[in-house]
Amino acid sequence: MKIAEIAVLANGMICNPSMNLEREVNGACGADLMSDVLASVQPEAVLLTGLCNPQVVRTAHMADVRAIVFVRGKQPPPETIKLASKEGIPLIVSPYGLYELCGRLFQAGLASLEGSLPADCYSCEE
Amino acid sequence: MLTDANAKGITRVEELAYDLRINRVMSRGLQYLTPDTRMIDALELFRTNRISGAPVLDDGKLLGIVSMEDLIRALCDFEQYAVVGRYMSRHVLTVRESDPVIEAIQLFTKTGVGRLPVVDDNDKVVGMITKGDITRGVLNALQNDIQEEEMRRYRASHLFEDIVSDRTSLILRYTIKARDFTRGGHASANIKRALVRLGATPQIARRCGIAVYEAEINLIIHTLHGGTLRVQIDPKRILMNTVDDGPGIPDIDMAMQPGYSTATEEVRAMGFGAGMGLVNMQRCVDRLKLESMPGQGTRLEMEIQLSPAESFREGKTSEKEDSA
Repeated sequence: MKIAEIAVLANGMICNPSMNLEREVNGACGADLMSDVLASVQPEAVLLTGLCNPQVVRTAHMADVRAIVFVRGKQPPPETIKLASKEGIPLIVSPYGLYELCGRLFQAGLASLEGSLPADCYSCEE
Repeated sequence: MLTDANAKGITRVEELAYDLRINRVMSRGLQYLTPDTRMIDALELFRTNRISGAPVLDDGKLLGIVSMEDLIRALCDFEQYAVVGRYMSRHVLTVRESDPVIEAIQLFTKTGVGRLPVVDDNDKVVGMITKGDITRGVLNALQNDIQEEEMRRYRASHLFEDIVSDRTSLILRYTIKARDFTRGGHASANIKRALVRLGATPQIARRCGIAVYEAEINLIIHTLHGGTLRVQIDPKRILMNTVDDGPGIPDIDMAMQPGYSTATEEVRAMGFGAGMGLVNMQRCVDRLKLESMPGQGTRLEMEIQLSPAESFREGKTSEKEDSA
């Protein structure tokens, strides 16, 4: 799916319109914990998050994330936008909450690029 | 005036309009008319040089400009033999050759004229500039940008081949300040960029990038005075390590547990301190060693081994040359 199509589905505003919105992303990942993003996301994803600080862009750069969507209408500060433009990462602000946006994009056919854990590596035991 | 608020939407092309000087894009080989040239000869000059306007100079002094429109006016009056002094447009706007291209763009937009004479510091006309010249100039500059980046990549990707030694390593060192969240990840971004330029595969650049990023963030979050991040790039492996002087980790086994974190609420609000940092590093590297003494400091060492397909190509050492 093209980044421009995601922006439309997210009912979003693009913070740095000079970025290439024709690039394809292979799926999405939703997280507010940057380590979760680094731990799980596959390359060429769009990241959906509620965090707006420049570290989100750094994380995206490291994890080969192609675009970031901020949920619940959160406006990223200028330093975030500046950094994203430098790294060539489009930023989109969506009015939807994280769950709602994940649902809408998933329903539109955008796959999950969050690697799930195999059943034997987690437990609830103390 | 450019403010931070509107600076965010600036493209490379707009940036170039401010960076590029007019004398880099204007047409030289100035074609000009004198006040007593006849309009019919001006037409001939336009036709042979495929231009649509020229300045009128008298002894080097700019008197006016004759454009296609002026020619048409003269022809409508059946005055093709009149001198250009009669039909030229006076009050000519000029731009200085040392001005940025944006000056000319603004004048074109404001006045609707199609060409502007370019003058030097002594007000002597040295060339003409049109919108076409600007488009060409900007495209050339963009092309140069692309070539420069390609050149950089080319040079860097041959670094290990071009330098002949028995053992070549490239060492990158970064000083990381404690609590410096704004610049956090800056070093890692540069490391990843360097690896890409050196010709590392995207997978290696990503693994190394994630590992050093988590390590860099740890120095920022947890240390008393920051620390150093050092990356040694060998043809067949990448070594990454960090050193700091405290406070040290009391229980390393505990620290390695997924989800175990000592980060403050403030740090967590920024999306860090989820207790996954060391786990992530371990996942990305082939070897991880963490040594720490409470009250003294922590030393982290990581290594990524490069398969033959991932290795940086080496130059031949004298020995290998002999046998070749």
